[in-house]
Amino acid sequence: MVKTEIKLKGLTLKNPVMTASGTFGYGEEYADFVDLSELGGIIVKGTTLHHREGNPYPRMAETPMGMLNCVGLQNKGVDYFVETIYPRIRHFDTNVLVNVSGSNIDDYVTAAAKIDALEDIPAIELNVSCPNVKQGGMAFGVTCSGIEQVVKAVREVYHKHLMVKLSPNVTNIAEIALAAEAAGADSVSLINTLLGMAINAETRKPVLSMVTGGLSGACVKPVALRMVWQVSKAVKIPVIGLGGISSATDAIEFLLAGASAIQIGTANFIDPAISAKVAKGIEEYCERQGVEDVNELVGGMIV
Amino acid sequence: MKKIIDFIVIEKQSFPRAALLKLKSDMPLPEIRGGQFVNVRVDGCDKAYLRRPISIHDVDYQNNTIDLLIQEKHEGTTKLCALPVGATVNVVLPLGNGFTMPDKDDNVLLVGGGIGIAPLLYFAKTICRDARPSVFTTAFLLGGRTRDDLMLLDRFRNEGDVFITTNDGSMGEKGFVTEHSLWDTMKINKIYACGPMPMMKAVAKLARERGIWCEVSLENQMACGIGACLCCVENTKEGNLCVCKEGPVFNIERLLW
Repeated sequence: MVKTEIKLKGLTLKNPVMTASGTFGYGEEYADFVDLSELGGIIVKGTTLHHREGNPYPRMAETPMGMLNCVGLQNKGVDYFVETIYPRIRHFDTNVLVNVSGSNIDDYVTAAAKIDALEDIPAIELNVSCPNVKQGGMAFGVTCSGIEQVVKAVREVYHKHLMVKLSPNVTNIAEIALAAEAAGADSVSLINTLLGMAINAETRKPVLSMVTGGLSGACVKPVALRMVWQVSKAVKIPVIGLGGISSATDAIEFLLAGASAIQIGTANFIDPAISAKVAKGIEEYCERQGVEDVNELVGGMIV
Repeated sequence: MKKIIDFIVIEKQSFPRAALLKLKSDMPLPEIRGGQFVNVRVDGCDKAYLRRPISIHDVDYQNNTIDLLIQEKHEGTTKLCALPVGATVNVVLPLGNGFTMPDKDDNVLLVGGGIGIAPLLYFAKTICRDARPSVFTTAFLLGGRTRDDLMLLDRFRNEGDVFITTNDGSMGEKGFVTEHSLWDTMKINKIYACGPMPMMKAVAKLARERGIWCEVSLENQMACGIGACLCCVENTKEGNLCVCKEGPVFNIERLLW
């Protein structure tokens, strides 16, 4: 029997597989396809202090082995989450994390404090890296001083596990991760989407309503893997790896690069049952390789 | 309940720029409403990373088959249309809300344009199965650019009267569906429409002018198909709604057009 439990500060995952915010709704959308109790955790849709309508349609462009999106954090606000959604999902037999976003520090702090009061939410993922909203977090996530400011402020009001989701749209992601760690983050998750764009050559118009959008899917995996490796060498806090993971083998590569756990994002769209399959596949890999504890794989790349 | 099923292509009929695939499952089919759709994985196509949402054209619960009428639009759908008999197709179904069943004594007109004719057949069959004989009339008004766009007409004729328009006059009345003479002669109190956006907007306008209840089926570009990614939104009177989950069928009174 392989030991698959991952212990993070104040957050125990039954296995290293979580689902990435914005790709898994509130978990309910996938209940027909996945037994949520087979997952380490789910990270629900980005939540902001106030209701947001998001960006206009079209919000999506398919790209080779990936997609661009500019959804723009459409959500009904943190109070709606607390009153309407939380009661429906709080008893899922898995960790339910909330991704929290904002356009100024007060908004982050107020929303995080409201989530802090929810007994069955053991952690938040602070989104300082959404590329699709003006001042939508990415402004905070691309400089060391920006990320320090927002993480410090949230740390004062948020008492459980604080995961900070990093933007890959920076020159040196390890520096940003170090700044998040110094400001009190309990873990960092990376990568959020890579800023990209698409043009329709026939109409000469941008495909996305916002012109630019975030690239995700299998095509970003090598970039994500490299960044996870760089960050895990630089920080002492756990690193949660994501970016293009579509199979158990992909997930294991992230663990070997230094991730303590992983998230599955866009691959949920192609196979709505993929998350549980990856969890099972990691166990099978361990059995085949004679690995008794998944934690042995973390940072286990042989150079 | 939604399922992911590996179907086998057991029959195929090819048309100019389209194909009809009959897919068979070993598993019992979930319950499917008229106007719902499936999300089909495209294997072996570099340019189709995401699944392709396709209307359900027909369902046979006894034989566990569904029919998909697919138009070749880009690489993904072209690849699907080229699938041979015997190929395996991975499908997520059933998705979306489907059309609202008509009431007793309704005179129903099903308006389809181009490949938008596809979901109307199965919906008409469910009306026959679940609502007739109380539904008074079910008629189809099908439009195409040319006669080549109008496929499988015998199937539709089995379910109701079929009226045709083509832009070039190669079949039926020349012009758009909204220009057909039946609008002046037929008593209609429920319209269901699926087709290109300009056609649906024209039908909605006509319905509004005449005060006729009308539902349209939208096909905004989707990623997940199950209401998780929020990419396919339509801006409605209730804000941005997912076409894949809250739709694809909307009453025109909820829309901004």
